[in-house]
Amino acid sequence: MTTFTLNGETRSVDTDPETPALWVIREQLDLTGTKFGCGMAQCGACTIHVNGRAQRSCTTPIASLEGAMVTTIEGLRSADGSLHALQQAWIDQQVPQCGYCQSGQLMSAAALLAVNPNPTDADIDLAMRGNICRCGMYGRIRSAIKQVAGASFYDAMGGAQNG
Amino acid sequence: MGKWTRRAVLSAGVVGGTGLMVGVSVRPGNPTETAGHLVAGEGESLLHIFLKIDSDNRATAILPHSEMGQGAQTALTQMLAEELDADWNLIQFVEAPAEAAFANYAFGRGYLFKGVEFPDAIVPTVDGLVMKLADSMGMQVTGGSMSIRATGQYCVRAAGASVREMLVKTAAKGWGVPAREIRTEKSKLYHDKSGRSAAYAEFAAAAAQITPSSTPKLKKTSEFSVMGQSKQRLDIPSKVDGTAIFAMDVKRPGMLYAAVRRSPVFGGSLRRIDDREARAMNGVIDVVTLPGSFAEGLVGAYSASDSVAVVADSYWKAEKALNALEIEWNNQGKDTVSSSSIFEQFDRDIAAATDRQTDVALGDANTVFEDARMVLTADYRVPYLAHSCMEPPNATAEVSSDRAEIWIGCQNPLGFRQHIAAQLGMDVESVTLHNHFMGGGFGRKSNADYGVQAALIAQAVGRPVQLVYSRQEDIRQDFYRPAVQSRFKAGLDNSGKLVAWHNTYVDKRDPVEAPLIPYAVTTQDIGHVASPTHVPFGAWRSVDHSQHGFFTESFVDEVAHAAGKDPYEYRAEMLKDNPRLLAVLKRVAAEANWGSPLDAGRGRGISLQESFGSVVGQVIEVTVSGGKTWVDRVVAVIDAGFAVTPDGVKAQVESGIIYGLTAAMYGDITIQNGAVAQSSFADYDAIRMHDAPVIETHIINSGADIGGAGEPGTPGVAPALANAIFDATGKRIRTLPVMNADLRTDSESSPSVAALTH
Repeated sequence: MTTFTLNGETRSVDTDPETPALWVIREQLDLTGTKFGCGMAQCGACTIHVNGRAQRSCTTPIASLEGAMVTTIEGLRSADGSLHALQQAWIDQQVPQCGYCQSGQLMSAAALLAVNPNPTDADIDLAMRGNICRCGMYGRIRSAIKQVAGASFYDAMGGAQNG
Repeated sequence: MGKWTRRAVLSAGVVGGTGLMVGVSVRPGNPTETAGHLVAGEGESLLHIFLKIDSDNRATAILPHSEMGQGAQTALTQMLAEELDADWNLIQFVEAPAEAAFANYAFGRGYLFKGVEFPDAIVPTVDGLVMKLADSMGMQVTGGSMSIRATGQYCVRAAGASVREMLVKTAAKGWGVPAREIRTEKSKLYHDKSGRSAAYAEFAAAAAQITPSSTPKLKKTSEFSVMGQSKQRLDIPSKVDGTAIFAMDVKRPGMLYAAVRRSPVFGGSLRRIDDREARAMNGVIDVVTLPGSFAEGLVGAYSASDSVAVVADSYWKAEKALNALEIEWNNQGKDTVSSSSIFEQFDRDIAAATDRQTDVALGDANTVFEDARMVLTADYRVPYLAHSCMEPPNATAEVSSDRAEIWIGCQNPLGFRQHIAAQLGMDVESVTLHNHFMGGGFGRKSNADYGVQAALIAQAVGRPVQLVYSRQEDIRQDFYRPAVQSRFKAGLDNSGKLVAWHNTYVDKRDPVEAPLIPYAVTTQDIGHVASPTHVPFGAWRSVDHSQHGFFTESFVDEVAHAAGKDPYEYRAEMLKDNPRLLAVLKRVAAEANWGSPLDAGRGRGISLQESFGSVVGQVIEVTVSGGKTWVDRVVAVIDAGFAVTPDGVKAQVESGIIYGLTAAMYGDITIQNGAVAQSSFADYDAIRMHDAPVIETHIINSGADIGGAGEPGTPGVAPALANAIFDATGKRIRTLPVMNADLRTDSESSPSVAALTH
């Protein structure tokens, strides 16, 4: 039995302790916003927050979450139900295409901004390089992160800059 | 903005009830019907699109195209709203069900309507393709960058316009006023003289009694107020909070999970399986062997080999048990094939030129080559490519003795439904297919193999089953952009002018015009030879353009340099009689500040490619250092005739560029012992945040027929990149991907420096 806090609620699951958290969250806890992309922590589609840090749920054994604070894309909204600033920026910048990787992209970006409210391009490169977007919306993701960060650096440079 | 959700679509099913429904024929003179289904007559007269207006005055477009990232559903809704004079806040869309009434005949017709002028020699091939598509009653395809330019232009706009006419006619009768005195605006009818007005909904039921016109009056570009606006995509809100439902998010009561492995060597069959260990594993329900399947795909037939599936009460357990199976395959003698043996075969077949088929023959090449001052030859090669959609192929199936229900994300719902029914031994009517958002498609999800597998597994175990491909299975069991070799010979006259162009390549698919060049070269001989391999073919974003764009635009660059000319000016000189292409080329050069000096180690390359009705010019800037290529900047110009949703077109170009860049830099599916060697993003990587360039996209609305946007951004990436690398290093990339090329300078590759860089 593993007990942890998921999006603010205490949840207990009884399953093989080695089961990756991804499948427990999707199959047993019915939260399908977290996506399966590779199962090997190579693409970031399954990114969740564990105690505030971005983590790939596809290689996170469920037992390792004992007592942890876990957040999925479904829990990214504010307590009052309004969108996280990044979610709104994702809409403003028209980031998603197929949208499949975007839960993971948003969770990685949110974890970055939580510890680094004004990331440089190099910071964004580092925090986001584990998240593949096959629709290739990297420029828009960068713009959306910077929209929230409100970085004057971005405006001064006149657009998304490569790191 | 409508409260559109995927679930609402699925639960709504086929449109019915009290709404006004209208169908519009794509062919003048076709009878139209006011019911949800139209019976196709004589294999040709299909009805395409429906529109309903509910009692709350909300209009709903039912669109026969699926969503895999391209955003066409929003653009199509804009086209409908424009002609209907609908209030943008009172219109929404749903995806059409997988029913014959929504078969997408326009996909094929689009080629003809577009009015592309092909060289006479290939017209029969073009006609053949269109007829093939037209004859395929089961087509409901999303692909070929056709949604806007075919369905949108010839079906959706007409649907909106004819419904508007019907509403005006009905209101005129109801109010006893001349129809010409009625105007429409934001989903309302107005008779200004009498001060009367009414919502569309008020007259919708009565208007539904009128037979819609198949030739309604469409608006002129100057009258557009919705088309041409960058409306926000209607599907995006659900894609930022985890509520968008992809096929893998479907859950059925009592559902089991399946993992699958198909014969790694293509064409292999199952010889022996030892599943004792797997069956004994916790949670494992069954091990199912599946026969290979065969079906007509988007641009030809495909076949899929035998496979084995493990069914368990969780996907992770199924996947774990799959790896515990001991399977022996009969590889049918294909396990000696490798990428190198395949390219050796291409080399031989091109040299032999047996049964060479001609695409273009202009002038007498042999004579011109004899007189040429300079003759250039080169061989270009591209490897196989997988699609690697973020969402691996998956499907959920529930199959009883006489009925089947499938939940899937695919590019051809009706075609999938038919294939699955055939494999289950059922009538099409006994199979229901629910199509979902695709987490990427790029052509992969136009082949029904994964849907067939899910259905057969569910049939075998008698319970609902969700089949999910592992990433390894996705990469090893794709339908691949083919490996291709292309041999060139160019002749230049005394002034450096390109006077002869000879080209022989292997593996011709679609579109037929892909290997053609737009330049004024008086003597041309372009043709192809067959050189079949056992590796399954798949349509891959931009299909044949993906390789020929690289081949022709790189070789033209070589020719320009050999002539001692600037590659941009050299192209421009040969496009004097092609104002549309010339305008794109000039614009991209200007936007990129072509010709301005760059630092040492940096380079700039240009490309121009017309595909899917659109023209795209690209200039790429690179830095090459320590043998590593960094793409700094991509400037793109697209002329898609008219951009219905400018930001959507830009997004598609950005996407096409990154997709093409991933392939050009890293894409390398290799064959070893008859099977694909790669298995994950570790050895089949993608462009990521840190190596994604800045992309600047500019749009030209030339007024040409509307072209596609999903694919045209892709073909020009590799040549612009290779040309930029040549500019930076003097090294010509003739084989992709770039990562395999040694781009170190002499000093960088000397032993001491090599040691330092490690």
